Amino acid sequence: MKTLLELDAVQARYGPVQALYDVSLTVGEGEVVSVLGANGAGKTTTLRAISGMVSRSGAIELDGKPLRGGPEAAARAGIAHVPEGRGTFVELTVTENLRLGAYTLKGRKVKGEIDRVTAFFPWMAERGNQRAGTLSGGEQQMLALGRALMSRPRLLLLDEPSLGLAPMIVRDFFATVRRLNEEEGLTVLVVEQDARIALASSVRAYVLEVGRVALTGTSAELQGDESVRRSYLGY
Amino acid sequence: MTPREKRIAGFVAFGALVVAVAVFPAFVSDFKAREWAYVGIYLIALLGLNMLTGYTGQISLGHGAFMAIGGYTTAILMAGNEQFGGPISGGMKDIYTLPLAGLVAGAVGLAFGLPALRLSGLYLALATFAVAVAMPSTARRFAEWTGGGQGIQLSGLPELTGGSVEDVDILGLSLSPNRWLYYLSWSIALVAYAVAWLVLRGRTGRAFRAVRDSETAAISSGVSLARYKTLAFGISAAFAGVAGGLFALGTASVSPDVFPITLSIFLLVGVVVGGLGGLSGLVFGAIVITFLPLWAQGQDLGSLLPQGIVEETQKPGGSSIVFGVVLILLMFVLPNGVSGLFRRAGQAIAKRRYARSE
Amino acid sequence: MVAASFAEFAQQVLSGLASGGIYASLALALVIIHRSTGVINFAQGEMATLSAYIAWTLTFNHGWSYWPAVALTLVISFGGGVAIHRVIIRPVERGSVLRVVVVTIGLLVAINGFVLWRWGGEPQLLESPFGTGTVQFQGVILTRHEVGTILVALGTVGLLWLLFRFTKLGLAMRATAVNPDEARLVGVRVTWMLALGWGLAATLGAIAGLLTASSLLLDPNMMVAVLIYAFAAAVLGGIDSPVGAVVGGLLLGLILSMLSYLSQYQAFSWFNEELKLPAALLIILIVLLVKPSGLFGKPEVKRV
Repeated sequence: MKTLLELDAVQARYGPVQALYDVSLTVGEGEVVSVLGANGAGKTTTLRAISGMVSRSGAIELDGKPLRGGPEAAARAGIAHVPEGRGTFVELTVTENLRLGAYTLKGRKVKGEIDRVTAFFPWMAERGNQRAGTLSGGEQQMLALGRALMSRPRLLLLDEPSLGLAPMIVRDFFATVRRLNEEEGLTVLVVEQDARIALASSVRAYVLEVGRVALTGTSAELQGDESVRRSYLGY
Repeated sequence: MTPREKRIAGFVAFGALVVAVAVFPAFVSDFKAREWAYVGIYLIALLGLNMLTGYTGQISLGHGAFMAIGGYTTAILMAGNEQFGGPISGGMKDIYTLPLAGLVAGAVGLAFGLPALRLSGLYLALATFAVAVAMPSTARRFAEWTGGGQGIQLSGLPELTGGSVEDVDILGLSLSPNRWLYYLSWSIALVAYAVAWLVLRGRTGRAFRAVRDSETAAISSGVSLARYKTLAFGISAAFAGVAGGLFALGTASVSPDVFPITLSIFLLVGVVVGGLGGLSGLVFGAIVITFLPLWAQGQDLGSLLPQGIVEETQKPGGSSIVFGVVLILLMFVLPNGVSGLFRRAGQAIAKRRYARSE
Repeated sequence: MVAASFAEFAQQVLSGLASGGIYASLALALVIIHRSTGVINFAQGEMATLSAYIAWTLTFNHGWSYWPAVALTLVISFGGGVAIHRVIIRPVERGSVLRVVVVTIGLLVAINGFVLWRWGGEPQLLESPFGTGTVQFQGVILTRHEVGTILVALGTVGLLWLLFRFTKLGLAMRATAVNPDEARLVGVRVTWMLALGWGLAATLGAIAGLLTASSLLLDPNMMVAVLIYAFAAAVLGGIDSPVGAVVGGLLLGLILSMLSYLSQYQAFSWFNEELKLPAALLIILIVLLVKPSGLFGKPEVKRV
């Protein structure tokens, strides 16, 4: 499998506070990979480092080309980042949110992309003029996903999509992600607190501890790992 | 420095300031003494505004209006407004009007402080700016009180000490009107300085700072936000009122043009240049707002400027350009103002001392 | 007699709306900047004055005819607004409120000085592009300039609405205003959007300045009062609401012109022109105290 994203010894800091010490990971084309770890282990920071939202050092390459610059540049390179806590423009309508997702696309492809995305989520077409802020939490998370898809991303970054959602909605969400992966070959790097659902949805996983990769393997291996079971799966 | 050392240093600095102020007129011309009298007047207003903006973090772009209230109070008490159809007959000696100028402006400040409580940051700046802009036309509208656009003339009145032309005999000294204005302004300025220092070092000052740094924390530690914010507005307006009264004596007249919107802007600039939150820098702030317009036109320090530039800045508007540009540049290079610079230098020295003693 | 006074009344309403259109344009400029950068631009009025002088000097000193001069002025104003944001505002944008306020005040003083220095203080005549005659309809007499002002204000608002509602650029600008971090993640170049916002605001200001100059006279301080009216309009409508700015501007124009109209009656005889500014101040204070979010704004949630 071809490597799409590669992080090599990445460090990141918020002002004087170092959040990542040494993170190396790869994501192959068409793969779903999850990043697990306790609060403060650096999961969110890893995603933020990839999309240029924190100051970082070390090598980050997308498809062999180094990623430089801020989030705008990452978006143009084909990375769609759905940040923690939904990430919709609550004051804008559903359709406007989707249109913004296609901001980096050149020309008049927006209409076609909206049709493609609303085929996955038909309610978004029906409720296009509703303001995103009036949607339920689960719908907002779906909208954030839909918006990310609009740009036809090479790589989708999902940050804690399960946060604050009912278990049934979380299952729905991950089912949608798996379907996108199967039908469109979408590559996904997902950070998740809920290790069970993340491992069930991904092929491989990394476990972070205080800003370093502590453990890696296929999802099946990690599900069987004693320490992972005790720390993250709770049985 | 320990707090004790700091306090002693403060006393020494203040003593030095008193001596410097007392002997200064001996070294300058009579005309210069008048310009320096205005430094004292501005200092009073800045001490007040600093209490509001520097210590409680409320921005006022309308302190010129409080100066106007003080100025009009002084003028009306001296000259009366019966001649315009108003109710006050006047006749009060000038220096006795000054405390009343402070009181009236302070009362208006308290009244304005109450609604201002609910405004924060930009909104307060906007509302006070509107106050300053609306002041002149308000004064013109109520002409029976204020003499309208012509204003009230004080020059030559028996209530004006020296009538602004004769020498003033006081404490066995004979002072020219300019030196009299100088000593009057600076005596009050020094008292105001001491008062500001006493207010700010104690309980009230701590409460003010608590309000500025975090309203939420201030409330949760039992500081009554409403009380202290209103109080700060009142005190600072009172200071501005006294300064306005002196201003009226200095110009020997009041009219809407004596207190233009630029006056309010100057005061904010003085506080910002002087460094928000420190008292010593305010003297510098007062000097800047008094002299920068003159320097820009080639006087004093300005004579060092090339002739070509001075010719341009002497045209109308020229000094405003300099003023505005200097202001913007100052915000870029010295975000904490001049006393911030002093403080940083002090910290650097303290650090070095600390490092050496290790 | 009754008919005549009705015509007079209607006339007052319409000329109130005409001045209201000017307030609305400048208020809209203030709102666009405040929404996106959180700054109240105290120099907005002076920037507008400068634009009006540029148009005047193009026609008067350089022999341009009116419309090309206006077009060039709008372009220059737009560029000037962008430049002001990038050079002067951006470095202090994230600092304390006080720093930004002082910088825009510095800009106000400097531009006011520049206009006075370059063109002098004596008022100049900038002719109205709509001609000097009057328009009569059902006994209501309006100057052509008033009619033109209303139309220009409506047209400007309409164009802006189209821009924000239907274009990709407008959508990106709105996204930047409501959530800049998020906007960056979808690839919007946020700092440019902010600069464009300043450019747009400067252009709107230029329109307000041109309309003011040709309804009064061109003079260096002509926009000081208009700025206060625009503040009042923006606060009245809700300082973050473009629709509010327009409604607030028209409403304020209407209120002030009604007060002048009523001052012919005994009960309102206390009102005169000198009280227009204090009335605007009073409106600002009342709105901020009673309903700080204005007519159309959303209540601000204060984060602890």
